[in-house]
Amino acid sequence: MNRVNAVVVGAGAAGGIVAKELAVAGLSVVLLERGKWYTAAEGRKDDLRNQRNTQLGNAYGPEDEGNPRVWVDAKGGAHTVVASEGAYSNNAACVGGGTLSWGAQAWRFMPQDFKMRTTYGAPEGSSLEDWPITYDDLEAYYDKAEYEIGVSGDYSGTPFHGPRKRPLPMPPLPPNREFGILEPAARRLGLHPLHIPMARNSVPYNGRGPCMRCRWCVGFACEVDAKNGSQNTVIPVALNTGNCELRTECQAKEILTDERGRARGVSYFDERGRLQEQLADVVVVSACATESARLLLNSKSKLYPNGIGNRYDQVGRNLQGHYYSGAMGFFADEAYDDLGPGASIAVMDYNHGTAGLRGGGMLANEFIRLPIQMVDRMPQGTPRWGLGHKQAMRKYYKRNIAVMGPTQQIPSADARVTLDPDVRDKYGLPVVRISGNVHPHTFEIGAVQAQRAEAWLKEAGAIATQRTGGMPEVVQAGQHQAGTCRMGNDPRSSVVDRTCRVHDVDNVFVIDSSVHVNNGGFNPGLTIMAIAYYASEALVKGWKGGGYR
Amino acid sequence: MGPTRAQDGRAFCGLMEGDLRMDLGLKSQALTRRQFVAVGTLGGAALTVGCGHRAGAGWEFLTEAQARTLKCICDQIVPRDDFPSAAEAGVLSYIDKQLVRHYRPHQDVYRDGLEQAEAQSRKRFGKEMAELAAADQLAAVLDLERDHPGFFEMVRNHTLEGYYGAPRHGGNRDEMSWKMLGLGDPPLLGRAQYDLTRSQGDKPKEPLP
Repeated sequence: MNRVNAVVVGAGAAGGIVAKELAVAGLSVVLLERGKWYTAAEGRKDDLRNQRNTQLGNAYGPEDEGNPRVWVDAKGGAHTVVASEGAYSNNAACVGGGTLSWGAQAWRFMPQDFKMRTTYGAPEGSSLEDWPITYDDLEAYYDKAEYEIGVSGDYSGTPFHGPRKRPLPMPPLPPNREFGILEPAARRLGLHPLHIPMARNSVPYNGRGPCMRCRWCVGFACEVDAKNGSQNTVIPVALNTGNCELRTECQAKEILTDERGRARGVSYFDERGRLQEQLADVVVVSACATESARLLLNSKSKLYPNGIGNRYDQVGRNLQGHYYSGAMGFFADEAYDDLGPGASIAVMDYNHGTAGLRGGGMLANEFIRLPIQMVDRMPQGTPRWGLGHKQAMRKYYKRNIAVMGPTQQIPSADARVTLDPDVRDKYGLPVVRISGNVHPHTFEIGAVQAQRAEAWLKEAGAIATQRTGGMPEVVQAGQHQAGTCRMGNDPRSSVVDRTCRVHDVDNVFVIDSSVHVNNGGFNPGLTIMAIAYYASEALVKGWKGGGYR
Repeated sequence: MGPTRAQDGRAFCGLMEGDLRMDLGLKSQALTRRQFVAVGTLGGAALTVGCGHRAGAGWEFLTEAQARTLKCICDQIVPRDDFPSAAEAGVLSYIDKQLVRHYRPHQDVYRDGLEQAEAQSRKRFGKEMAELAAADQLAAVLDLERDHPGFFEMVRNHTLEGYYGAPRHGGNRDEMSWKMLGLGDPPLLGRAQYDLTRSQGDKPKEPLP
């Protein structure tokens, strides 16, 4: 195959942006994606087969068959799981990656999120660290992501966000009923509620129409294409340049290196299972935290016996996601009006600044709820089946509100991705093995967050409440997975430098959530995108034309 | 007659899916599952499947007897009141279809679980579960939950999926559970042009900017 300037592995939130930025700058790009390019018609309105409710499998990949993983419980027992099981920590496998079917909350992290160690000190046993870049370094790229991808919402209700040069490009959607119930309650508690920033058109934007506010939102591709991801924004731009070729159903096998240790391309299995090589001047790995780590670890050679970037055994460590905790509130009157996307109101008051806690998280109301999601979310004491359960479904389905949030996890070097020694995927490649857990202080913060969510619901008039949370047996990485190729200045404690370039190999970049040092107390999508713009710009600036030195 | 691949009955049963062709031991004659069901329905009593399991008329996996037992269990999990029961909403059809699709790995659990449920019923009541009075059926299902919690939990979850999930899989017929919960029809395209936060009685709805 023809040699190109750059091969990008993974057409998700980050890979799509990298492909676009490089192609627009005139580089020739091959974008490899292991999944398909789905349209909304595939899997739409299927409450049992989507990216969030996977009883009958993932709608947007990977398939259950041929893509196993292994997770290790607290006692060391290994369990092989398929892609639709929770412990798999799946995101997605498709063009657009997670952003095809995400809820589309598009938050900026706060300035403190980049300085966690300086702000709080690292608890013993944790790997809490500062980022080598700051919020200010990323501000312009957050802005670019908000305007190019398209974000609606309104930060003006809260003083806690970092400095920004201009408001979001689109106003928020009109408030739903839950907003109307929770907003005055938050104010009575002295909180500062805001309209959640969402990568979703509230008005026509970017040539596409606005959200029609249906129930099949988070977990689904948008039927009217009002939800913004890389598949309907940057990837079409990349393809339109004529400089980018997208190859779907192509699974990367390893990064190929020459005798001097520089990357010369990527080998991959194409859509018919044939092994191919794509030679390139630059390799960009954007496969998401679990799979990016796996690709680096699978890229073994004489010079890199433990995988690329892994000289100091750092690849795969510090795996994190978010610890979700919160509360359900049950109300005398109907609170649920079935207007998508559902999630509408949030507070950032609890992300930082609580004495005794190292961080916190945003709290927001939950997305739309499909009836199947309600069957196990009943008030305590409700029968789990039978007439009592059926009556409770009728009574509470519309009379409840869930408030929860992504508690920023305190990372641990032991929570990690390695290669399983035995289990192989359908191509014969070693698979992801997930083991360890984040630092226990995470759960102390989460418990406080649950109390706060409960207090908010009670203030809003809930007649009964119930906290959610619990103690996971293994690190919960999931769709918010991050941290496995940490960004840092010291090669002994990080994998990539401040421009996302692998310390060891000057023409391999990891650009995705893998580089997050900490994952913030927010959904990480917009930060992944901002970093992709930021790192792409650095890559293009360093480009000498026909090579990268 | 014995199917040629009967040595591995489980593998043979596992072939009862989608487009996979089944070798029924009829020389040079391979039938698709759909054809097989058609033949079976037309009274092909001579056709038996290697594992001694034959789907009943109208079912893809369940035998007539299994379907009767499963109906009793499902209808205790979601009984009829002013709204339909699980079976009335098509839950059996949902489970039956999935047992030869996504839930194929659970075939043995269902086969064994339903057999045990019947054995319990016969032991305690001397009758098949389907012949019991309503109160005794509930007692039988409570027995099942106590003695075979793994199987019961699976049926409980699958029943609720079939009742409250998407109708495309055979359950929740006519969206009856969604109607029960007061959920309206799927929204129409163009709905976003109107401010839905206003009640019906308000002035004519203004298009959003």
